[in-house]
Amino acid sequence: MFGPLTSKSGTSKNNKTGSWRTESRPKFLKTNCIACKMCRIVCPEGCITGTEKNTYDCDYAFCKGCGNCAMICPKQDITMIKEE
Amino acid sequence: MKEFLEGSKAVAEVVGLCKPGVISAYPITPQTHIVEELAQFVADGKLNSQFINVESEHSAASVVLGGVAAGVRSYTATSSQGLFYMAEVIFNIAGMRLPLVLTCANRAISAPINIWNDQQDSVSLRDSGWIQLYAEDIQEAADLHLIGYRITEDKSMMLPVMVCMDGFILTHGIEVVDMPTQEQVDKFLPAYKPLYKLDVENPISMGLLADPDYYTETRYAIHETMKDALKLIPKVTAEFSKVFGRSYNGLLEEYRTKDAERVIVAMGSVCGTIKEVIDELRAKGKKVGLLKISSFRPFPAAKVYEALKDIPKVAILDKSVSLGSYAPLAVEVKASFFGKKKSPKVISSFVAGLGGRDITKDTVKEIYSLLTSKEKACEFIDLKPELLKESYEQ
Amino acid sequence: MSNKQLFVPGHTACAGCGQSLAAKLVIEAAGPNTIVVNNTGCLEVFSTKYPETAWGVPWVHSLFENAAAVASGVESALKYLGKKETINVIAQAGDGGTGDIGLQALSGMLERGHDILYVCYDNEAYMNTGIQRSGLTPFASNTTTSPVGGVSAGNIRPKKPLPEIAAAHGIPYVATASVGIIPDLQRKVKKAISIRGPKYIQIHVPCPLGWRHDPALTMQVGKLAVETGLYPLIEYENGVLSAVRKITPKPVEEYLKTQGRFKHIVNNPQELSLIQEIADNNIRKYNLKAEQTS
Repeated sequence: MFGPLTSKSGTSKNNKTGSWRTESRPKFLKTNCIACKMCRIVCPEGCITGTEKNTYDCDYAFCKGCGNCAMICPKQDITMIKEE
Repeated sequence: MKEFLEGSKAVAEVVGLCKPGVISAYPITPQTHIVEELAQFVADGKLNSQFINVESEHSAASVVLGGVAAGVRSYTATSSQGLFYMAEVIFNIAGMRLPLVLTCANRAISAPINIWNDQQDSVSLRDSGWIQLYAEDIQEAADLHLIGYRITEDKSMMLPVMVCMDGFILTHGIEVVDMPTQEQVDKFLPAYKPLYKLDVENPISMGLLADPDYYTETRYAIHETMKDALKLIPKVTAEFSKVFGRSYNGLLEEYRTKDAERVIVAMGSVCGTIKEVIDELRAKGKKVGLLKISSFRPFPAAKVYEALKDIPKVAILDKSVSLGSYAPLAVEVKASFFGKKKSPKVISSFVAGLGGRDITKDTVKEIYSLLTSKEKACEFIDLKPELLKESYEQ
Repeated sequence: MSNKQLFVPGHTACAGCGQSLAAKLVIEAAGPNTIVVNNTGCLEVFSTKYPETAWGVPWVHSLFENAAAVASGVESALKYLGKKETINVIAQAGDGGTGDIGLQALSGMLERGHDILYVCYDNEAYMNTGIQRSGLTPFASNTTTSPVGGVSAGNIRPKKPLPEIAAAHGIPYVATASVGIIPDLQRKVKKAISIRGPKYIQIHVPCPLGWRHDPALTMQVGKLAVETGLYPLIEYENGVLSAVRKITPKPVEEYLKTQGRFKHIVNNPQELSLIQEIADNNIRKYNLKAEQTS
């Protein structure tokens, strides 16, 4: 007989940490983005995706609203707005 | 092939034949010879194994945990202080359901510091979820490692096995041992096929945090698996008998108990001494017998009950004690009768052999003679009162 | 970057957690052919709460003090199977689990020469148990077991020099890095992974909760620690200092004032000068000051 023992990879995606946001969320303006990838690299959740310029956005199901992406964007193309 | 071998060497040879890929241990008397032999096999190219000299027993257990988690059969050995130092890893290995064989060369626990044999070390870890098998002689000690790997790696088990052999008595004693061949071992023990492992082709996480919603079931599963082990162990020893020609019950052995009036229950090498005394006393018409416990965990309570229920007087000999309460084996044996219809009239508990104090044939005879109608709750039978003072003196 | 995410969202780290960012960067730099051995701590707890795991690579929990030892076993198994050449082994732990309770196992792993990258996530205290002082808690830091009080200005001891202890083992590669300077961190991890033998990387990871800083400033706080000289970014190869990241030193106050754990320092010139001295000693010892170009 076996009880809880191992877990398949990547199952944390079932946990939608987006519900943690209470104060603010990032808004990706997609106007001056140079696709430097820093927002995607810096997100501790790994929930920002994007490829070419002005295609970067985050998955609000997971975003905790920490604000590191907005702070790091060299073009100030991400702002923190009030959470709904 | 029969050879005249030191116990440690016999064990090392058999472990070598099981071909563990990762061996890691830390020196502690009286386990040392086992590990030294294995080191020599590796150095001579006789055994292809990663031999890891670690900086502590905690790390030794950790290394073999890592080895088996990565899918490779692994081995370690220790005693006493070393077993306690690795204690948290011992519980971890069982909780993670990783198969492993560990040799415990039974030795007394500090303080006072003492390197000689008793069974306090392994007995103190009886709650860990490890299967614990106790050897009577060197042949059995060697054989139990083969049987141990076969049990631990069984897909229905995946519980680690501790083979307990009395330190010095069995590790450094020399007896005639029938050593298996590689062919026989390969026939009996297939290669380790992990149920789960660290594999980049199939990445999983092992050893997750289990909160109150999940922890209980893991522990319950081990408890239930221990019950399954009661059925599996005799099956494995029966298979062993087919290949090697030596029979073990695996759980316990009833030695001349059929019509016995007095029976001693015991574990380990002392059983050999007791059997000799029984043969002597039986020749004089005394109806005495021995119930040897081979598997302490899982504890074969139902079989103990069946073996002893009609015996008028039972003495349990413990080489350990649960300070402040009773002796561990005695408690388990007594519990086998609780609430049952039949029971011996007298069940007396005796403690002897602590810290390597010799249990001689005379000691055994004394136990039989102390087994009167007056039940003994927990009697130390080889005590030296002259060493005891009511208050501290220099 | 590989197609498959190796550290996925849904883990329960605090918003802005420096360690979660660093862990993500480390495993992305190491790649999918990596087995991770992780000690008990924030990282383990927030990334593997049954039945969920954020890890896209094989991962095993070791216990608190023995990531290095369990990793030694995994590495040995891979060597036995003939697979060590193609699979990386990373052992990771926090500062307490590495430098205090884990020092024995780490030293053994380094001494035996296992082909393992050991990553120490240095958030400068026992964070998972509630911000207690560790051997790597910096001087004057306010923790729950080195609290600021009527007769105390926080932790009175300097950081245990773990990188130097690792380097003293003569291993091929030792580096310090910061989550505030990401390309440097990525380069160091990639470099370490490419080297055979034991490697040690210590990553400074700001902890918004334990250090009491704005979670949006994780990167900035990390960067300031480096720029003040309080967290030198250095590399040792085979026991010898081989490279440092030059800085134009900023006064320590700029770093300290971003965090609540130092707020008792900011208006205390005496304590402030002691911390400046630590930074100045680092700058001198490692020759951190960038040359002036005229």
